[in-house]
Amino acid sequence: MTDLLAARSQMGMSLAFHIVFAVIGIGMPLLMLVAEWRWQRTGDRVYLELARRWAKGTAIMFAVGAVSGTVLSFELGLLWPEFMRFAGPIIGMPFSLEGFAFFTEAIFLGVYLYGWERIAPRAHLAAGVLVALSGALSGIFVVIANAWMNTPTGFDLVVGRPVNVDPIAAILNPAALTQTVHMTLAAYAATGFGVAGIHAGLLLRKPANLFHRRALVVALLVGGPAALLQPLSGDRSAKMVAAEQPAKFAAMEGHFRTGRGAPFVLGGIPDADAQTVRYAIEIPKVLSFLAHGDFDAEVTGLDRVPRDEWPNVPLVHWSFQLMVAFGMFLVLCTLLAAWAAFRRRELAAQRSLLRLLVLASPMGFLAVEAGWMVTELGRQPWVIQGVMRTAEAVTPMPGLVVPFTFFTLLYVALSAAVVWLMRRQILKSPDVEERPSLAAPLPQGA
Amino acid sequence: MSRSAHRSRRRCRRAPDVTLALVLAGAVMVGLTAYVLMGGADFGGGVWDLFASGPRKQQQRALIAEAIGPIWEANHVWLILVVVLLFVCFPSVFARISVALHIPLTLMLIGIVLRGSAFTFRTYDSQRDDVQRRWGLLFSWASLITPLLLGVSAGAVAAGSLPAATPTDFVEGFVAPWLQPFPFAVGTFALTLMAYLAAVYLTVEAFDGDLQDDFRRRAIASGVAVFLAAMMTLALARGGAPLVWRGLTSSRWAPLYHAMVAAAALTAFWALFTRRVRLARMAAAAQASLILWGWAAVQYPYLIPSDLTIENSAAPPATLKLVVIALIAGLVLLVPSLVYLFRVFKGVPSRRGA
Repeated sequence: MTDLLAARSQMGMSLAFHIVFAVIGIGMPLLMLVAEWRWQRTGDRVYLELARRWAKGTAIMFAVGAVSGTVLSFELGLLWPEFMRFAGPIIGMPFSLEGFAFFTEAIFLGVYLYGWERIAPRAHLAAGVLVALSGALSGIFVVIANAWMNTPTGFDLVVGRPVNVDPIAAILNPAALTQTVHMTLAAYAATGFGVAGIHAGLLLRKPANLFHRRALVVALLVGGPAALLQPLSGDRSAKMVAAEQPAKFAAMEGHFRTGRGAPFVLGGIPDADAQTVRYAIEIPKVLSFLAHGDFDAEVTGLDRVPRDEWPNVPLVHWSFQLMVAFGMFLVLCTLLAAWAAFRRRELAAQRSLLRLLVLASPMGFLAVEAGWMVTELGRQPWVIQGVMRTAEAVTPMPGLVVPFTFFTLLYVALSAAVVWLMRRQILKSPDVEERPSLAAPLPQGA
Repeated sequence: MSRSAHRSRRRCRRAPDVTLALVLAGAVMVGLTAYVLMGGADFGGGVWDLFASGPRKQQQRALIAEAIGPIWEANHVWLILVVVLLFVCFPSVFARISVALHIPLTLMLIGIVLRGSAFTFRTYDSQRDDVQRRWGLLFSWASLITPLLLGVSAGAVAAGSLPAATPTDFVEGFVAPWLQPFPFAVGTFALTLMAYLAAVYLTVEAFDGDLQDDFRRRAIASGVAVFLAAMMTLALARGGAPLVWRGLTSSRWAPLYHAMVAAAALTAFWALFTRRVRLARMAAAAQASLILWGWAAVQYPYLIPSDLTIENSAAPPATLKLVVIALIAGLVLLVPSLVYLFRVFKGVPSRRGA
């Protein structure tokens, strides 16, 4: 393994690990907030219990997210010092703002988790609102920085150095809006369906449990709308990539030859040497429409890109197709659940829907991982699109396979511990049958 | 080149011009001070978890867990703020530190990951003794290693031993800069200082007299250790960190500075002996802050001796200006939030007394 590959693997592994916890850190506060708000409105103690149980899980996830995020902020320099030397002053602004957003999130999460008995219910709910808002904002700021790597703006390049640095223009880079919307929706969809799947599984065992019934509805209320909006946001993102990063777009779609009326390539095995996708289903003219809104538009293929600037086509193509497939499955689940709710059927009684939701539970997260593979692998060999190659950014430190191996083992162990602890938390969930004393309305703050 | 000549002329003046870069270097130091005073004490708490002993062993551990539980994540963000300010405002400083100190920083990160996750896992895992002890050991050992490595990294910067050119030899480029007596003396100094801060803070938060006495004794003992570590660091600076040695022994402000540190330290000791724990907390925090700012003063105007200064490593003015605006806006949000956090959780001293 070369040092460059080890550095890329370590960074990729650290990101893939962190993003799960980052997504949960954005999504869970909203779920807790809805539950707590329902409790304060209705006095139904099941909702309070739900908010408190979810808060425990969130505490575990947030702690792992905070420390793995710290690792990443150091790794930017430890692995990519030349990238940071170049890009720090240009895209540092979103990182600074992210620092403050994360600060706010950490402060009010502390208040939220440990403050149940210490502050008034209203203040507690307000702390939750601040956690949810600042969590979403910190995600947005980080994604803005990533969008800049895809569509760098806000500087002029003179003999390899950035001059006329304009950090505001860098923040307003073309991909910023589409990417942040796509990622924020993804966070809500992944968390909502992740949680919904867990409670659906428990409802299959105990259909009368009120705790899980309420949990399922709240989780779907957060995850469902996000999943429905995601294809629209994805379409905007794809058009942006087609316009700004034609090589990435061509790799995503397995599109080798430039041409008008380009077909959409479904599945298949891309063969970069033969410049074709084997065993694929081609849908005529659809790619042109998806990329440029016109069935006869010309779509740039990889043949227009120098061969040494191609990303890994099979990996990017498969990641993209998987992301779309997982996303579509979540849309299907949302529509089925909405239909059942529309017909006033109790969701907990729809056993086949519950089974589908269990199946969907990891899909949002898998779609997030696949989507990041598309973004990051699709930009290679560049770390800053068209400006700096990843190979130019890497540290001169030798033997990078050692920290890569070590961090991988550490994160595998942490993942095992988190799964173990979450299982413990979930198995402890209360047995609340239909309308026992816990569900009876109580005065607030009792 | 004419710009740097201009800068060096400027450096000769006695009072420094207040530039944006200087303000932001100050902000980095403020962030670092906040991290040591708050996050550092959380690590110190972990150290006392490891050394919990005597008849009130369990109560000591419970007090530590209760003291750091709600606040450690917020305290930890100061470090992220320092890192971000460094790479935005002084990118070449960040790049050089990251390259030369790759090994100690990576080890420190592992400590940070294990400390935070083990502490949280212990809180939410089974309350059975053996499970608690296992997570507790991981938490407390990580709390001991991390400040040591943070100190080693800071010491290597102060020693002026980070190579300017891209290193070709592995040992020379990536090991020699920090595997020296002086950085390890600073590491020990940092570790004892954080343990001392934690012990002093815990005397204020203890909910009964016996427990308070446990931490009072620990505060006094670790205060002595801080003094010894400081003397060792100073002695090793003579050969290992010329800028530090010169600044602390022959600069014009050195006598006044030593007098101030001594006054803070003696006040803290006197207050600990006479059970004025709140005064002790203030004095110990002042002592730690003076130590950090003393480091900044001996190194001024260098961020990395002996070529990267505050001015010659600063990002373009457009960036600096925006960061200052963001800092002001951020602090307007942050300060009331932090005050609120500490008032909610640190306002009532003896909450479990009854």
